[in-house]
Amino acid sequence: MKSKTLFEKIWEKHVVHEEDGKPTLLYIDLHLVHEVTSPQAFEGLRETNRQVRRKDLTFATMDHNVPTINRNKIEDEVSAKQIDALRKNCSDFDVELFDLSSPYQGIVHVIGPEQGLTRPGMTIVCGDSHTSTHGAFGSLAFGIGTSEVEHVLATQCLWQNRPKTFEVRVDGKRPKGVTAKDIILTIIGEIGTAGATGTVVEYRGETIASLSMEQRMTICNMSIEAGARAGMISPDEITFEYLKNKPRIKESGNYEQLVKAWTGLATDDGAEFDNSISLNASEMSPQVSWGTSPGMVTSVTGNVPNPKNEEDPVKRKSIQSALDYMNLKPDTKIEDIKLDTVFIGSCTNSRIEDLIAASKVIEGNKVSSNINAIVVPGSQLVKHQAEKLGLDKIFKDAGFDWRESGCSMCLGMNPDQLSPGERCASTSNRNFEGRQGKGGRTHLVSPIMAAAAAINGRFVDIRSYDIDFGEY
Amino acid sequence: MEKFKTVTSVLTPLDSANVDTDQIIPKQFLKKIEKTGFGEFLFYDWRYNDEGTINKNFVLNKKEYKGSKILLARDNFGCGSSREHAPWALKDYGFVVIISTSFADIFYNNCFKNGILPIVVEEDNLDYLFKIATETKNFPLEVNLLENEIKNEDGFSLKFEIDTFRKECLIKGLDDIDLTMAHSEKIDSFEKTLKFT
Repeated sequence: MKSKTLFEKIWEKHVVHEEDGKPTLLYIDLHLVHEVTSPQAFEGLRETNRQVRRKDLTFATMDHNVPTINRNKIEDEVSAKQIDALRKNCSDFDVELFDLSSPYQGIVHVIGPEQGLTRPGMTIVCGDSHTSTHGAFGSLAFGIGTSEVEHVLATQCLWQNRPKTFEVRVDGKRPKGVTAKDIILTIIGEIGTAGATGTVVEYRGETIASLSMEQRMTICNMSIEAGARAGMISPDEITFEYLKNKPRIKESGNYEQLVKAWTGLATDDGAEFDNSISLNASEMSPQVSWGTSPGMVTSVTGNVPNPKNEEDPVKRKSIQSALDYMNLKPDTKIEDIKLDTVFIGSCTNSRIEDLIAASKVIEGNKVSSNINAIVVPGSQLVKHQAEKLGLDKIFKDAGFDWRESGCSMCLGMNPDQLSPGERCASTSNRNFEGRQGKGGRTHLVSPIMAAAAAINGRFVDIRSYDIDFGEY
Repeated sequence: MEKFKTVTSVLTPLDSANVDTDQIIPKQFLKKIEKTGFGEFLFYDWRYNDEGTINKNFVLNKKEYKGSKILLARDNFGCGSSREHAPWALKDYGFVVIISTSFADIFYNNCFKNGILPIVVEEDNLDYLFKIATETKNFPLEVNLLENEIKNEDGFSLKFEIDTFRKECLIKGLDDIDLTMAHSEKIDSFEKTLKFT
């Protein structure tokens, strides 16, 4: 039998209809819904008198707009209206909702895996580009627009052109302090923000295989920042073990059968990819973004680039305008960049392992006097788990704000925003102009780099700390 | 969906690469629950100064580009968030064609759902279009989707590639969901084979 990639196996199992010259009609196993990209889709169903085809495969939560301080009273009327619209839509169309009062509410890409809804071999969509996160489980997961949300609600299918496959291999031993976040930032820096456009990336190699599920999610999460349609990792024992006791899997009572079905999904030896690159983790270092695109990254020991050294005029202009926006002089040392804010959270880095690792840096220290620092756990479950471990106390004692779960300052749709000119070390995924608040300046880093920055008021090399982060 | 017709318009040159959907429509405008009325917020942070006045230096605010239906942009246009509010805003403002050397996948897809034609051209052709758009004689470009052709009175003519299925949907203004519903028997029988979800 021909060797196949994980992507090929999933794609072929989900073809409902195909004909020459047309996209393929693909079946969708799991549809996740949130308040920002769904109201117009539900409205479309109403206008055309259509129903949700598979209520049992559709799950909703509110995360983008939700306040992280007082969740019972949403002061922004427009946000409140959007959240109410989701409640009404879920009730009218009979879709299960993890509402604000639910102990399982959280960022949609945190709660899918946490509940055991996300599983190997599935096709998963959501009206959010970071849906690629779920690919960490060996699923084909990608973001869609609102028209497609409506299409999936009505038909449980999507028209898709078959993407190409792209193997990104990472081998070698990660040095201490180099986290999954640093690996993905290095990859994006290497291939560029459009480097994987039109492709589904499979992350492979011994370094990737050694990562925990949460670290794999961090990697797959930022596939979109490299332009990829989706990112995925072949499922293995680590994947199966992680899912074993998740609520929805336990409820189904057929874990053994599921594992049987999942075994064999992994990419076969000798399977071919359309494109392939290989990186060595042992040469990687903690990364800090300096510009306004996630590919604009460098090592913590590096400098901000000088546009004079760039020959390509389009790139030179991009660097110059990024430096202008970021208010950075060419050749500034990364470690000399002073900060105003530290944000630990987002669908990239807000899970329990992230919070544990960051707390190890924080413990016994104080947040620098000029820094405003917040921690926003990815879900209510993560929050409670952290509180059980006493992490909330460590963060609060150091001077961090300890918040309720949601997307928060990653995109600032709720009140957690940067003010114009404010400079932030952020564990999120995008450093676009104005992303965290109009005029705000974002530097993307790992949670342990963010924690060290909070204490020092500027970036410092986390490798200089004598802390045992275990396998993080 | 409205049928896509031949467009003739001057070009609006947005000379930036990696224009993300956060720039096309900033997050504070994503809270509406309707699809309409996003045009006034298109490129908001670039179009308006901090105090809310018009930024006269921004290309969309220059009088020679008023009423333009064709936007030029550099590489990787529409990257970032999947928000369909981005094409809604572009369409509502009046753009129906976007020309670049490349587009981000989700944005590219979203354009077709909203009657916008994204055209990919080689860099030298894009450079030419930018050049005429910024010179005094901004030759109107004719975009003929039936013929896969863009041309102008300057003698410029170029065939562009487009997926035939998407082309047909744009020209006929087809609704995707209706198309899919035509396959509902196939979906029904596919569902019967589902095992491990």
